[in-house]
Amino acid sequence: MPDASSSSTGAGTQSGRRNADYAVLDFERPIMELERKIRELKQIPDVNLNGELKPLERKRDRLLEDIFGRLSPWQIVSVARHPDRPQFMEYVEGMCDEYVELHGDRLFGDDHAISTGFARIGDRRFLLVGQRKGRDVKEKLRCNFGCAHPEGYRKALAKMKLAARFGLPIVTMINTPGAYPGVGAEERGQAWAIAENIMEMSRLDVPVICIVIGEGGSGGALGIGVGDRVLMLEYAYYSVISPEGCAGILWHDGSRAKDAAEALRLTSRDLERLKVIDEVIKEPLGAAHRDPSAMIERLKETLVKNLDELSAMDPAERMAKRYERLRGLGNDVDALDPQPELPAGKAPAKAKSKKKK
Amino acid sequence: MPFFRKKREIPAGLWMKCPACGKMAFTKTVEESHRVCPECDHHMKVNGPLRVKQLLDDGGERLGEDLIPKDLLRFRSEGETYEDVLERSRIKSGVSEAATAARGTIEGIPVTLLAMDFSFRGGSMGVVVGERVAMAADDAYERQVPFILVATSGGARMQEGALSLMQMAKTSAAIARLKEAGLPYIVLLADPCTGGVSASFAALGDVTLAEPGALIGFAGPRVIQNTIKAKLPEGFQRSEFLLEKGYVDRIVHRSKLRDELATLLRYMHKPAAELATAAVGEADGGDASNESDES
Ligand SMILES: [Zn+2]
Repeated sequence: MPDASSSSTGAGTQSGRRNADYAVLDFERPIMELERKIRELKQIPDVNLNGELKPLERKRDRLLEDIFGRLSPWQIVSVARHPDRPQFMEYVEGMCDEYVELHGDRLFGDDHAISTGFARIGDRRFLLVGQRKGRDVKEKLRCNFGCAHPEGYRKALAKMKLAARFGLPIVTMINTPGAYPGVGAEERGQAWAIAENIMEMSRLDVPVICIVIGEGGSGGALGIGVGDRVLMLEYAYYSVISPEGCAGILWHDGSRAKDAAEALRLTSRDLERLKVIDEVIKEPLGAAHRDPSAMIERLKETLVKNLDELSAMDPAERMAKRYERLRGLGNDVDALDPQPELPAGKAPAKAKSKKKK
Repeated sequence: MPFFRKKREIPAGLWMKCPACGKMAFTKTVEESHRVCPECDHHMKVNGPLRVKQLLDDGGERLGEDLIPKDLLRFRSEGETYEDVLERSRIKSGVSEAATAARGTIEGIPVTLLAMDFSFRGGSMGVVVGERVAMAADDAYERQVPFILVATSGGARMQEGALSLMQMAKTSAAIARLKEAGLPYIVLLADPCTGGVSASFAALGDVTLAEPGALIGFAGPRVIQNTIKAKLPEGFQRSEFLLEKGYVDRIVHRSKLRDELATLLRYMHKPAAELATAAVGEADGGDASNESDES
């Protein structure tokens, strides 16, 4: 059941884009003010700008550092879902010298929520698998908002096996609210498709790198998320259930998603401590949506480094390490530090009727 | 008249009510018929230890009971810690976790068995459930015996966050190793089986059996209904539906389960190639190819 939420809204975004070229999150408003002033200044021709502009820009950067340095887990979820956050296709365009998409699943039909193809960065060739959410309404519908059906997972597996035959490393990019919970998906064996992928990915004898770039929604994310190394962007999240779904089940109140986001420990920092992920990829100041090209460049560097390291390893040793990593998940982990206490007045007020016997 | 009004005072345990048809039945009769309702044939839930007792010849030898879940996330809900939640569940269910592992024999055939337990936190999977499953698979691997698994679960356990999710990867990796060694893996899906368990080791059986009428799926029906905003078809996600769709091999009445498992196991030995190798190695004894009687 936790594997199912498909909600991708409610992250506190404001649809208006008056002053910026990106949508604005609630906690970004103070930054907006400064950015507006900077923009206005820049529009004034001539003038001795440096005197006024530089301090303003420094002030903005300090504010960005301050705000993004202490985002709450729920704010991080909203950054991960930010409408202008770079998505799979932007990474492909920004970092690959070639992408030859391969569509066919040979079973049911092409699922646009998952794209697969041969990719090249310089002389490094690999197979790329990426979850797509879509940008405009039409594309979002086509990609089913990033919620794949069984055929998407099966296409991914078929292409990964193809890659393994030719010794190509595999790179997957995860960004999904979850696998689609619908009638057709169930009829076509969503559980079986995901399970098969997870099992097969544990054994594919080529390097496998998985990168969580936005939402790591439960089983739908893990369906392309098993490999030698799991990397995660700083403000991505990865969770067993959506915060909304968790709040609904625990407290029968989906609006308490904020509390659930805190309890679930779904941030890159916590997941690195829990050894669920291997490396956090830092985002540019103010998160990926403020500077997509810097983000793409940084991801590319990290990916290339990891590809080279894994490719240089002895295959048998690499496979043994992967098995050890998977087999040990959750076994040798220290408990996280206790959650910071909720501010006064914020403590859960509604006592649940059914408990306390 | 007062007799009926005092229905609740019937000595607890002597009679029980079927959750499906609502009829009262002698608890003893129900237990003797493997917890199947004598009136409507409803397969009631069976906890882990009872499953082990029902399936293994002599009750078997328990494995991994010393593994106890930990509060790695420091999860708090309504002022209650995860430790509190676990303690409450242990008292209520009488078991230490939602999975019971044991080694033993089924009609003389050595196996390792893992039975999940819906009575402990809805059979949800956290680190210890995942570890007991993987450990049982490892035990089968090391002893070179078949692995039998009874799956029933509402999904991953929220209180252990992404570590619960990762148990899908851990268990599937252990199953992959077992299969590569050519050992049989048989899964029985019991009511209900959804979420992270259904999308990992429960879906990886070489042969997949299901109990009649069990709810089986990735997403729970309520989640699907909320997503598609429509009523679900009658019988959707039940064993019989999944048999039709090609995901279940056989639906098995609980009274026949042991027999079925033994019958299947007699077909599912090591691959012929390995038997041939073994036969060469043990040529002196001359009985290596005669594998049907003992194991
Ligand atoms: Zn009944």
